[in-house]
Amino acid sequence: MANDEAKRPGVEGLSRRTFLKSVGAGSVGAGLLPRGGESGAAQAAEAPAVVGPGETSITLSINGETREVSVEPRVTLLDALRNRLDLTGSKKVCDEGTCGACTVLYDGEPAYACSILAMEAEGHEITTVEGLGTPDELSAVQECFVKHDALQCGFCTPGFVVACTAYLRENPEPTPEEAQRGLGGNYCRCGTYAGMREAVLDAARILRGGE
Amino acid sequence: MPEAAAWPPQDERSVLGKKIPRLDGPDKVTGRAKYAFDINRPDMLYAKVLGAKHAAATVTEFDPSEAEAMEGVEAIWVQPDIDGKTIHYSGQVLAAVAAVTEEIAEEALHRIHVAYELRDPVTDDTTPEHGGNVDEDVRGSIEDVEQAFEDADVVSSGHYGCATITHCCLEPHGHVAEFRDGDLHIWASTQNVSRYGQGLTDTAELPQDRIHVICEHMGGGFGSKLGDDIWGRAAVHLAKVTGKPVKLLLDRDLEQQIAGSRPSSHADVEIALNNDGEILAWRSHDWGSGGQGGYNRPHLPYTLSNLSPAVMRTQRVATNRGSARAWRAPLHPNGCLITMAALEDAAAAIGMDALEFFLNHVVDLTNNAEAYREELPIAAEMISYQDKAHLRGDETPGPVKRGLGIALHQWGGMGHNSNADVTIHPDGSVEVACGTQDLGTGSRTVLAIVVGETLGLPVDRVHPKIGRNAYPISGASGGSTTIGGISAASRLAAVAARDALFERVAPELGVEPGELEARDGRVQEQGNPENGMSWEEACGVLGVDSLTERGECVPPQAAQAGLISAGAAGCQIADVSVDVETGVVKLNEFVCVQDCGLIVSMETARSQVFGGMIMGVSYALYEEAIYDPVNGVMLNPDLEFYRLASMAEVGDLKVHMMTGPRYDERGVIGLGEPPVIGPGAAISNAIANACGVRVGMMPMTPDRVIQALAEGGKLA
Amino acid sequence: MKTFEYARPSSLDEAIELLGEDWGQTEVLAGGTDLVTAMKQRITTPDRVVSLQDIEELRGVSEEDGALRIGAMTPIGPFMRDSRVREHFPALSTAMEGMAAPQVYSRATIGGNLCQRPRCWYFRLGYGLLAQDNGRVMTEDGENRYHAIFGNDGAARFVHPSGLAPGFIALNAEIHLLGPDGARSMAMEDFFRIPSADGERETALAPNEVVTHVTVPLNGKRNATYEVRDRGSLNWPLTAAAVAFSLNNGVAEDVRIVLGHVAPTPWDAPEAAEALEGAAPDEETAIACGNAAVEGATPLSRNGYKTQLVRTSVKRAILAAAQQA
Repeated sequence: MANDEAKRPGVEGLSRRTFLKSVGAGSVGAGLLPRGGESGAAQAAEAPAVVGPGETSITLSINGETREVSVEPRVTLLDALRNRLDLTGSKKVCDEGTCGACTVLYDGEPAYACSILAMEAEGHEITTVEGLGTPDELSAVQECFVKHDALQCGFCTPGFVVACTAYLRENPEPTPEEAQRGLGGNYCRCGTYAGMREAVLDAARILRGGE
Repeated sequence: MPEAAAWPPQDERSVLGKKIPRLDGPDKVTGRAKYAFDINRPDMLYAKVLGAKHAAATVTEFDPSEAEAMEGVEAIWVQPDIDGKTIHYSGQVLAAVAAVTEEIAEEALHRIHVAYELRDPVTDDTTPEHGGNVDEDVRGSIEDVEQAFEDADVVSSGHYGCATITHCCLEPHGHVAEFRDGDLHIWASTQNVSRYGQGLTDTAELPQDRIHVICEHMGGGFGSKLGDDIWGRAAVHLAKVTGKPVKLLLDRDLEQQIAGSRPSSHADVEIALNNDGEILAWRSHDWGSGGQGGYNRPHLPYTLSNLSPAVMRTQRVATNRGSARAWRAPLHPNGCLITMAALEDAAAAIGMDALEFFLNHVVDLTNNAEAYREELPIAAEMISYQDKAHLRGDETPGPVKRGLGIALHQWGGMGHNSNADVTIHPDGSVEVACGTQDLGTGSRTVLAIVVGETLGLPVDRVHPKIGRNAYPISGASGGSTTIGGISAASRLAAVAARDALFERVAPELGVEPGELEARDGRVQEQGNPENGMSWEEACGVLGVDSLTERGECVPPQAAQAGLISAGAAGCQIADVSVDVETGVVKLNEFVCVQDCGLIVSMETARSQVFGGMIMGVSYALYEEAIYDPVNGVMLNPDLEFYRLASMAEVGDLKVHMMTGPRYDERGVIGLGEPPVIGPGAAISNAIANACGVRVGMMPMTPDRVIQALAEGGKLA
Repeated sequence: MKTFEYARPSSLDEAIELLGEDWGQTEVLAGGTDLVTAMKQRITTPDRVVSLQDIEELRGVSEEDGALRIGAMTPIGPFMRDSRVREHFPALSTAMEGMAAPQVYSRATIGGNLCQRPRCWYFRLGYGLLAQDNGRVMTEDGENRYHAIFGNDGAARFVHPSGLAPGFIALNAEIHLLGPDGARSMAMEDFFRIPSADGERETALAPNEVVTHVTVPLNGKRNATYEVRDRGSLNWPLTAAAVAFSLNNGVAEDVRIVLGHVAPTPWDAPEAAEALEGAAPDEETAIACGNAAVEGATPLSRNGYKTQLVRTSVKRAILAAAQQA
């Protein structure tokens, strides 16, 4: 089997240590188990798996749900979310880690989903804007964005909502200046920053337990 | 047009002009709002566009065979006459590939072999060297102009300009196309829902009635999304030949290169004036480039319609850049910058305070003197002008200099032709359908406010339906025409529907229809509210049939009826700090006083004004499409070096809306463009006032500020 | 992106074994904030990507033998918020704070910051590291407003993008690498090199090596970084200067001044350091240091303004360090 694996179309001249037993056929992803997972330690002792370049089934934890998705290694987390899981709240705008429209929570921290390979996300908790609230049950941040009209065309809005949510968890009492630097990784084109400033500070107040 | 359609008096309004939260806000903040880019259909293919790598070339070889042979590639559309095709700008569309995944489609682009024969591009628009014929416009006579310059105490002159910028819509151009049961369904990102299908009939080989356009939400247009575009037709073609839905939205690099830009402008200006501030004459030579076409003279001298004698000479420079498209208030920001900067330089030349100069010597040369005379002192008060003002050059020690700058702006904003249907159902539910779209303006909210106001209902009782070409035809959203158009159309429809309901209800209440009113969720006798019934009971009188009435906004009639009008004027003052050791400009405060007639939706109207100001700060300080001066390729087709302002850079913003008598009675005037016109000029003037030298070119980045300081002998 | 294989080893030895001997075969994936974009841009088209995320020993900040040891996979955020970094090395923490993007702080790593590829638009558009178009050196007559004003006499005119490198060098940091032949260390300034051919890279790292950590001596020197940024949000500085010196009886000693975003490598400015050595770090001296720093500058056609920005950066960095308690 090892020999067969070595002959798989792949990279000539590169060693291909593969993963041998204990993995069900087709599931090459076992080397990608969650860090600290129950079986993680045992698996980690195995030689590392090399997967791809074709599709491999991976398991992602998104908005508290376990989702199976088959991706090539080159597929970004953003494209996995949008194209394969129909979670289109995260937007594709610059696609190079500048504009913030694709911001998700990655183990609770804000991250650009366009700059993370989907396979890297295996074993991590992903929260997208869809996981923060629904139109009938808005989160405090979402409610304040609506209340202060912190949006126009709305295309950047989900990214801002996620970034703002993450920011206020770490910085519950920001000054206006701190808040705007804290959202320095997101752009809006319509120019909704005036409403956004009010929304961020208002949300901070509510999250601190204010009225 | 029924007189009863006129807007209700201010003191009788329940929701009109009030702060109503945007209706689609909850969908947008939760990621549930579906834009064209978000539409996923069963078996959908992903299409990617191949753009030219060079700015000036001829295609000598085009071979897609390797891409075609790739597993997962389902079809390739190729630009007709590709062999020998002339390339006019980098990114020019050559082909589009549809594949089962986005990754494969992208990979396939790299497997299409294209060979070019290169030509020398025209890249330099900073001089009129490559300009076409001189177009001359004279007020008075050339002799009068020359005489005035001879007689003047002072001749103030300067060079001003602005770089090419892009629309930079966050949702790129494109759509999802699907043929289903013989019909074409298009989810488009467009400013022109009602007419989007027109250009697709040939490609789709379908009559217009079988092309269904859907645009529930769209991620920014700013004037660049009025047509279906070549890539839109490519997507329809790919959907047709594959029989599968195709999603084609431009990649960011193409969006920045080919999907719209605002022309550059450069101008040499001279103003003849007397030491007391009297402006005698104007002489300007301007040129600019909107790529291969698209440069007309900006209004010069901007707003100063009554300045005579004057001579304006203009040249168009055809460069190898992606073509210009209407960019929010087309060319007004260019004209405003050139004019307001030249005026402020003139005031500085005679040592006069800029506010005094504008009030006493500028506003009378405009057609909006009364408005500006009222607005300027308000703006000055808002920014504490008198406490902060100084003549040119902040003499305070230290590297940070502070200054103020003024700009005036104006815009038409007459509502466009629009239709709307208001339907009242027997169960009391109400819908308003209009083939318009929402660019972020708040179209849904505006429709619900107008209909709610007319029927005496809260806005959440009205269901606005927009974004389909199946709905009554409405105009394209361009030129600040939408809110006027749809508010007038929906007002007329709602009044007609209300009156039709009154006809049915009146006999039940034993009164004449004209004696009824719809108010507070009831239909009742005017002056005798006990004689009435709840809205639901009243609608129940309809029995089994719903009632629909059409409202049609035809601008001259709607204007005559007082529903809409044109002619918004406003002013802005910026307060900036300039670090003269680094050239870094920081906006401290920025105020706008804006007139827009009757305000339908206070919340979204204010957002529009803030949005215009912020977009203006962005182009004033950061945005610039940068091209290689030799090969003409755009070097920053991204959001890393095509820089947008973020929240931290826009300063403390204040907006004052001119409302109440004399404004309100003018009816609704569009508001999208006016506030985006002046920021470049106001900030440029503030920088000059702060550091004592004019930074002529926009954006006013540190390199340009340092250069201007060095040339002005002001570098430490 | 071109297709590639992906591996996520759990030990350094495994990681190194998975790496190829030549550039182009493999890439090391840390936070991905640069590499993923670079692969989209086809700046690099590896056959295999080796992720370091499961290698715990590469993370974290600790004290070790009179130095602070910073694991290469430590994200910028925890690094710049670390109390020891803030206390001892403001030159490092302030440079990172200026970046102002939480999404980068959470993912981008110390190693990645040092190994990231240049932002030169010619490079990113596919004209190569040396920006050549049919024999034309594009940085010569092209748009070079953000390019080098030092070290630009060769073909490379990009500026090194690392925000941390100038501070690390000023603080006499060492960088530690591990490859198939074992570990090696070098002074941080020796890690960076100016490539003279397109296939070369900007660092001494071999294709099958991994940056494991950086050590910075805890020597009590005052230090500061001043960056000229015209934005308060995610953006690149136009120029930067990092300074470190000891203050003895009001006099600066053992001075090191390193510039950023002005050359294809972080740029040591010994003339500026010399102008401060043995002098009081007051405004007058700081101005003299700024002037000394740009004496050898060779601006290109459109970036002369950067000499002024360097003057200011040096002056303000010195004054910031001088004012430290």
